[in-house]
Amino acid sequence: MNAFYSNWLGGKKGAIELAILAAFIFIVMPLWLDIFRLNLVGKYLTYAFAAVGLVMVWGYGGILSLGQGVFFGLGGYCMAMYLKLEASDPVSTAHQTTPGIPDFMDWNQVTQLPLFWEPFHSLIFTLAAVIMVPLVLAYVISTAMFKRRVGGVYFSIITQAIAAILTILVVGQQGMTGGINGITDLKTLHGWNINTESAKYILYYVNGALLLGVIMLCRFILSSKFGRLLLAMRDKEDRVRFSGYDVANFKIFTFSMGAMISAIGGAMFILQVGFMSPSLIGIVPSIEMVIFAAIGGRVSLVGAVYGTLLVNYGKSAFSESFPSLWLLFMGALFIGVVMFFPNGLAGLYDVYLKGRVESLAGKFKKKNPPAILTPAKTELQNEL
Amino acid sequence: MSYEFALTVEDLTVSFDGFKAVDGLNLYVEKNELRVIIGPNGAGKTTVLDLICGKTRATGGSIQFNGIELTKFPEYKIVQAGVGRKFQTPSIYENLSVLENLEISFPRGRSVFGSLMFKRTQDVTDRILEIAETIFLSEQLNVQAGLLSHGQKQWLEIGMLLIQDPELLMLDEPVAGMSVSEREKTAELLNKISQGRSLIVIEHDMEFVKRIAHKVTVLHQGKVLAEGNMDAVQNNPKVIEVYLGH
Repeated sequence: MNAFYSNWLGGKKGAIELAILAAFIFIVMPLWLDIFRLNLVGKYLTYAFAAVGLVMVWGYGGILSLGQGVFFGLGGYCMAMYLKLEASDPVSTAHQTTPGIPDFMDWNQVTQLPLFWEPFHSLIFTLAAVIMVPLVLAYVISTAMFKRRVGGVYFSIITQAIAAILTILVVGQQGMTGGINGITDLKTLHGWNINTESAKYILYYVNGALLLGVIMLCRFILSSKFGRLLLAMRDKEDRVRFSGYDVANFKIFTFSMGAMISAIGGAMFILQVGFMSPSLIGIVPSIEMVIFAAIGGRVSLVGAVYGTLLVNYGKSAFSESFPSLWLLFMGALFIGVVMFFPNGLAGLYDVYLKGRVESLAGKFKKKNPPAILTPAKTELQNEL
Repeated sequence: MSYEFALTVEDLTVSFDGFKAVDGLNLYVEKNELRVIIGPNGAGKTTVLDLICGKTRATGGSIQFNGIELTKFPEYKIVQAGVGRKFQTPSIYENLSVLENLEISFPRGRSVFGSLMFKRTQDVTDRILEIAETIFLSEQLNVQAGLLSHGQKQWLEIGMLLIQDPELLMLDEPVAGMSVSEREKTAELLNKISQGRSLIVIEHDMEFVKRIAHKVTVLHQGKVLAEGNMDAVQNNPKVIEVYLGH
């Protein structure tokens, strides 16, 4: 239990952060917002998965991935294929030339379900694929790169190229993927209508719970020796290598895990929003995800969630009034963050608010006897 | 018989775009020996260490460590075979504490999943305390490594290698930038840790070399110029020529 508290929740500070985030997601938002707005927040929270993944990959692993949307999209497409097949039963598609296949295939003169769609009739296969497809792709890409010691900017450019390739592939193969329109008109998940109000509430809560679970998993990883090795590698990669570690394996693991986390977000996106299209997986959304993480604070798992919510709120508020200025504004915001507060919102909190919050909290605790042990000594005892 | 030596380097050559930084080098280091390599700038001293630990790949020749050929091994396997390398500038994790620096270097949980499951058990703690004592950093265990003095950083890196208990330890200028008293302590430290393992040290400070060396190898233009005990080497006319001549 003690290990769970200190490793998974992140000790007292981490537990409080998580509790505040949980209260915000599970209580404040649903009480404050109507179902339409709440569904919108749910959509933003699915992006937060990608941002949390980037905190691990970029913030801690030092690997800037400009193709996080690829994994988000693959997770989403896997889920979408299942939902689409369920929505395309022969009865409701009886008017098509070939009943029983997705409508966009019929429009594209495809007369038989492509082979790779077949296994997506099974929910269990789909759920496994949501995780495994992005994981395997990330593993292959990162193994090819990191074993050859490709890193830094080169890696970023390659991830971006992959985002472009995947978009072109999806758009080009319209008969198999739905093309630029994506996969739309989804109805049920294993017979459960996902478009009702109660389903939207349930999915919102499931999404929130998964997000918190992912953050806890990341906390666990960062609190282990693995986490300290990531810091060590960012600092002195050669020293780690010459201490007997195969550095590439650690990067591969981190990158693949970031991909998996994004994919969960993608699958939750499709369940809450009801469609998937290539505009969600390309270069622009991938870079937006980096901005979410940067603004939230790239070394703060919780900060990334707030960063995502804030930027997306800004996006919908700002783009309603000045649609053409939004992109410029977001670019300026990104540059501003990188130049003036590189640790994002979380960094601003640490610098300006933390002291005040703590002194405020201290006022309630004044009755306690002051600690006599010198800080260094107590720390030593805690450590050992 | 090469087996009697801990390290057998034969005909080792590396060329960078035609320039032979190390040229047909032969080097034999015995068990429990403390060997010092000296030589003028650009003699190829650091390159030899780079070749042994796998940082640079040899163009030709062989490096055998306890009878194992190292030239084709990836770096982490060379380390796991028992070769430790200290870099010229202190190479430590500045953002971690002294304790964490030593813990990361502890030779257990070196795979991805091993590191996730790694626990700081009593034997790890004991070993860390023991090493910290040896490298004079017992009081600084929870200090962030970046805040240590230059000399302490050098010791910390030596400690990070010692905790792996390597059979061959290679130190590149361990006393560079150290004060006189720190040099004294480092000489003691090196004499102490050379028990039960072989050491190769690169050093410029001749007083220091005199204090620690069992045997000295002088490199010049990638080749061995002279080898023997300190006095013999210092009086060797070729060595004097290279250091003082022209």
